[in-house]
Amino acid sequence: MDKRILAVLGIAALAAVPQFGLGNYHLHLLITVLIWGFVYTSWSVMGRFGMVSLGHGAFLGVGGYVVTMLWNSFGLTPWVGIPIAIVLSMTMALLVGYPCFRFRIVGHYFALVTLALGEVVRLTIVGLRDQTGGSLGMTVEGVPGGTSFLALQFGERATFFYLALIVWAAGLWVWRMVDRSMLRYALEASSEDEDAAASVGVNVTRAKLMITMLSAGMTTIGGALYAQYQMYINPETISGIGISLQIVFAVIAGGLFTQLGPTVGAMFTLLLAETLRVTFGHDIHGLDGTIYGLLLVLFIIYMPKGITGSIAAGLVRRRGAPGAAPAAATH
Amino acid sequence: MFDTFLLESIINGILLGGVLALLALGLNLVFGVIDVVWICYAELVMIGMYTIWWLFVFYGLPLPVAIGAGIAVVALLGVLLHILVIQPVLGTAPINQLLVTGGVLFFLQAAATLVFGIEFRNLGVRMPVVEFGDMFFSFARILAFATALVGVLLLWLFLTRSYLGTAIRAISQDREIMPLMGVDPRRIYLITSAIGGGMAGVAASLLVLQYDVHPAIGLSFGPITFMVCVMGGLGNMLGGFVAAFVFAQFISVGGYFFQIEWGYVIAFAFFIAMMFIRPKGLFSR
Repeated sequence: MDKRILAVLGIAALAAVPQFGLGNYHLHLLITVLIWGFVYTSWSVMGRFGMVSLGHGAFLGVGGYVVTMLWNSFGLTPWVGIPIAIVLSMTMALLVGYPCFRFRIVGHYFALVTLALGEVVRLTIVGLRDQTGGSLGMTVEGVPGGTSFLALQFGERATFFYLALIVWAAGLWVWRMVDRSMLRYALEASSEDEDAAASVGVNVTRAKLMITMLSAGMTTIGGALYAQYQMYINPETISGIGISLQIVFAVIAGGLFTQLGPTVGAMFTLLLAETLRVTFGHDIHGLDGTIYGLLLVLFIIYMPKGITGSIAAGLVRRRGAPGAAPAAATH
Repeated sequence: MFDTFLLESIINGILLGGVLALLALGLNLVFGVIDVVWICYAELVMIGMYTIWWLFVFYGLPLPVAIGAGIAVVALLGVLLHILVIQPVLGTAPINQLLVTGGVLFFLQAAATLVFGIEFRNLGVRMPVVEFGDMFFSFARILAFATALVGVLLLWLFLTRSYLGTAIRAISQDREIMPLMGVDPRRIYLITSAIGGGMAGVAASLLVLQYDVHPAIGLSFGPITFMVCVMGGLGNMLGGFVAAFVFAQFISVGGYFFQIEWGYVIAFAFFIAMMFIRPKGLFSR
């Protein structure tokens, strides 16, 4: 029970943050962490079961572009646009996922098929340049005054912070629901040995499809939220390999198997990027990226469990009892 | 009605297929032997292109010398990649091996930006255009196609006719038994990495004649290289060779009927569809 209290206290503390008069810059960092923390959590919902997707940029792209295009062209509110985008993403996940899981496409092959999916979406966005603006990107049409609940636009950053906070917390809640469900056991068994899992009555294809569609739907929300916040989207920053790999790396850095791992990954990568940017500035192109890439390589070699996973493992070792692992590190 | 432009794009597709086949060859070799996908493969090619550009334009070396040095540099880079990055993760989860080279992708891309800037660079060498009937073909592409064929042939001869090549093929078939037969897998891995890198270097020398080099160029033909390899069956060199030409036709002819992006979209969509029909590649047993 104390965990639940802890969670409520944590979220309450976060909710109080804007009241302390943070500057716009810090609030912006927080909102960015929350949005990406949610996206990374969405990825890890399926990624933790050995289904490594290198194409989640596809779902981000659908979320951002479908919602923005419906709003800009038809004035359709994101409240309707987001569900439409989710349905589209889930259909896409179903169309690609069903044959994948049916024919046992796993590991490298699965990663590369999803990578192709991400490229299809990115190139489609670029190809539809008359509607999407192509590589130049697209701006979300603002409402007069800057704030409209119907348009999901908030001139006040603090309001957007609360929206992002709610979505992020909901993402963690979904993660926990999956963690405690039978689906988790079915998927863990499947990731170890599909034949053995099937022989004890696990419908492997169905279980994998469910989690993939869930993850796709959540990622779509993340993409739409990102578009509503930035008010500008670009095929390179929202879909394609760059962003898809970034999702995977942040989760690996934070920790794939813990609830807060992806969020820590979002914090870590953002802090790193900001520190490098502030330290070296924009004068030296590429220095921040060089260090970032180097750190990623070192992380995967020396710390494959990520930040939270390593901390959790350290705690377990100190207590000397494997059973006393914190619930957040259940795997 | 006979359409000259369509024929031209079909032949251009065949020429492009040669380059793709060469690109896929090195990646396939590395995967077949070491069982690791170099996600950063296209970035190795990019480094090769920069090396050639730099030696040729800055140091004024003759082009063949610059190309030779470029191939050597990328081959060395392949060895370094294996020793520094792949070896420490060889025993861990396969997906870590995939991701670690993804980290190298970011690193090389940013390092190239750091050293060479984001400008588009080209050799400034004018390649003649070959006219045949009413059709025009770039000489660089014909050269690339011919070199690719020769490269494929040489690699095939090396793998089937030489002692070392036989050892490489043997280890790709059974990783556990070969060490018992007295083959040192680490040495074979290093040689394979060098050849894989060298292949990337050869591809770089052909691409640098046709395209401007910039730090993000790897992203434009990296994915297509992976698709070619996967469609042919990862590690299956003959499959990759055929798949390269199939893909190139989709891109070239698709680009002729629509726009070039749609050529790629059709090629990728075709790839996804093919994965469902032949999940382990075109020539899976």
